[in-house]
Amino acid sequence: MTTVAVKPATMAQALTRALRDAMAADPAVHVMGEDVGTLGGVFRVTDGLAKEFGEDRCTDTPLAEAGILGTAVGMAMYGLRPVVEMQFDAFAYPAFEQLISHVSRMRNRTRGRMPLPITVRVPYGGGIGGVEHHSDSSEAYYMATPGLHVLTPATVADAYGLLREAIASDDPVVFLEPKRLYWSKDTWDAEHPTDVEPIGRAVVRRSGRSATLITYGPSLPVCLEAAEAAQAEGWDLEVVDLRSLVPFDDETVCAAVRRTGRAVVVHESTGFGGPGGEIAARITERCFHHLEAPVLRVAGFDIPYPPPMLERHHLPGVDRILDAVARLQWEAEG
Amino acid sequence: MTVMEQRGAYRPSPPPAWQPRMDPAPLLPDAEPYRVLGTEAAAKADPDLLRRLYAQLVRGRRYNTQATALTKQGRLAVYPSSTGQEACEVAAALALEDRDWLFPSYRDTLAVVARGVDPVEALTLLRGDWHTGYDPHTHRVAPLSTPLATQLPHAVGLAHAARLKGDDVVALALVGDGGTSEGDFHEALNFAAVWQAPVVFLVQNNGFAISVPLAKQTAAPSLAHKAVGYGMPGRLVDGNDAAAVHEVLSDAVRHARAGGGPTLVEAVTYRIDAHTNADDATRYRGDAEIETWRAHDPLQLLEGELTARGLLDEAGIEAARQDAEEMAADLRSRMNRDPELDPMSLFDHVYAETTAQLREQRALLRAELEAEQEQHGEREGGAR
Repeated sequence: MTTVAVKPATMAQALTRALRDAMAADPAVHVMGEDVGTLGGVFRVTDGLAKEFGEDRCTDTPLAEAGILGTAVGMAMYGLRPVVEMQFDAFAYPAFEQLISHVSRMRNRTRGRMPLPITVRVPYGGGIGGVEHHSDSSEAYYMATPGLHVLTPATVADAYGLLREAIASDDPVVFLEPKRLYWSKDTWDAEHPTDVEPIGRAVVRRSGRSATLITYGPSLPVCLEAAEAAQAEGWDLEVVDLRSLVPFDDETVCAAVRRTGRAVVVHESTGFGGPGGEIAARITERCFHHLEAPVLRVAGFDIPYPPPMLERHHLPGVDRILDAVARLQWEAEG
Repeated sequence: MTVMEQRGAYRPSPPPAWQPRMDPAPLLPDAEPYRVLGTEAAAKADPDLLRRLYAQLVRGRRYNTQATALTKQGRLAVYPSSTGQEACEVAAALALEDRDWLFPSYRDTLAVVARGVDPVEALTLLRGDWHTGYDPHTHRVAPLSTPLATQLPHAVGLAHAARLKGDDVVALALVGDGGTSEGDFHEALNFAAVWQAPVVFLVQNNGFAISVPLAKQTAAPSLAHKAVGYGMPGRLVDGNDAAAVHEVLSDAVRHARAGGGPTLVEAVTYRIDAHTNADDATRYRGDAEIETWRAHDPLQLLEGELTARGLLDEAGIEAARQDAEEMAADLRSRMNRDPELDPMSLFDHVYAETTAQLREQRALLRAELEAEQEQHGEREGGAR
């Protein structure tokens, strides 16, 4: 086996390279959004694309999210493969009607004759000290809309691999980028950047035998940290990174839960009506007889996203995760 | 030069250097809706075109009455009639080249059929056996759009994409007066003008958004005036004058195709029927108003012009009527057949590749259908 060039990169850099490689590979790929051209995006994810591919391929649009996604629909109808950037999670809401009434169902409406290969990139989640409307976890809205794929990377390698797959997909993809991980660095095999699990597969990031933490996106590093800390308490925690919220990988999740018999779902999104409820229900329906305790959820509180000076109390942290693990009815084992 | 670079610079300068980007006067619509029939302009109209418009108007009116009759027979879930607006519908279809695209709303079945879509497939949405029955690519007609004005940005995007690819394709988007209040109307017109996209917007101002009259919809001088705010020309046309609508739309399409950018056309017309067969128009308007519009009927206007100029005789009128009757008879007989329904197909087109979850749900429905069939068989067996 030969050793390959493995060097550190940030998630934002991996995303930029994914966009660049996709644009170079396929002239139908067009990047569009607010400030994505000359500025390179407020998070610099589209940095250099307008210069390299021209403004026709990487376009600064008027400031109107419904218009951005609505025109992307027409472009996709004509055979292009638009990659749309929504500047922040909460700025994507004006585009909801286009997303729900058209993007998600055009394939179905036309019996497969008019697929819409559109990727909607949305920086999401909190933890960056953003003021109101800059920190929402809006994944539950997208998950509740049939016809959309909903992906969210948590590692640098996945940021590249999943975004390339999203752009190549003939289905519309909501690509949720955990904005507090944009600057997270990781060693990354730049020689084999697409060597990741496909859309629809969850990945076990840490093996363990005591209990399974099921998480995704911005909460993955927190869960891994919690798993390390749990060792001191004598718990050997498994951590599953969902990567793909839709389609959902019941198989990997349930296999993990069957191994440990205990599960905690961790996410920033609100608990009530959030993804955790669906995940807990699916586990209960499929693995009931393997469970030693009810599936617990560690989620954001059911409150509007807090102001930045208070957000640390809202976001699931190591202690709250460990407290949940402690409540998994260990005493019953005797 | 790229498409995006053709827009020209516009940066604010401090006073006194500041100037508006352009003189708005040429963008303004005429004070009166443009008319051809019954005016001197009619003499210049192509007789062949007028006869084609007439034949389509006769068919269109018959289509509306036949479809409305089908709702009463339970063959259509609902039908939003465009009776009174046929001139707009037909002229829209005839103003386009084959390679162009039409973006209809739910009241635009006539335009869709006049463009060549099968009259039965055009009714799939309203019959309710699927959403869109026709292949949008065959005649370059987007699916009938129910959410108001949401199809307008699609038209802009498609026209923009065609231009990026170097194709001289124009998109024509249809919307009603109520739809102009929607945010998507604004965003679509703004994107179109900024991108100089080859797109034409036709607003059929039929006076009502279901029950709400235009006065409660807008305070603009006219809907065509809205164009000026976006930096595109606005045109006002008599929507019951098929020759005028066709001329104005053809000019706008030609302008767009030549790289001149978008145009907003307001066609002033009237919805003679209720919003749909499920609506009761007597709750919000009187017969007297309808009668004044009946006196300005699009079909009679054109028929009058053609007969007065000797371009149409009794035999020609009868031939058009006969052609429309044949279309209606065919529509009736095909719509009277029960559509073939396949419940399992509900899962077929949600995604390119189905998901594990949908496979499970598919199996559940299949089991339900089999149980239903079994019960049905037992009942029939018992009766024997």
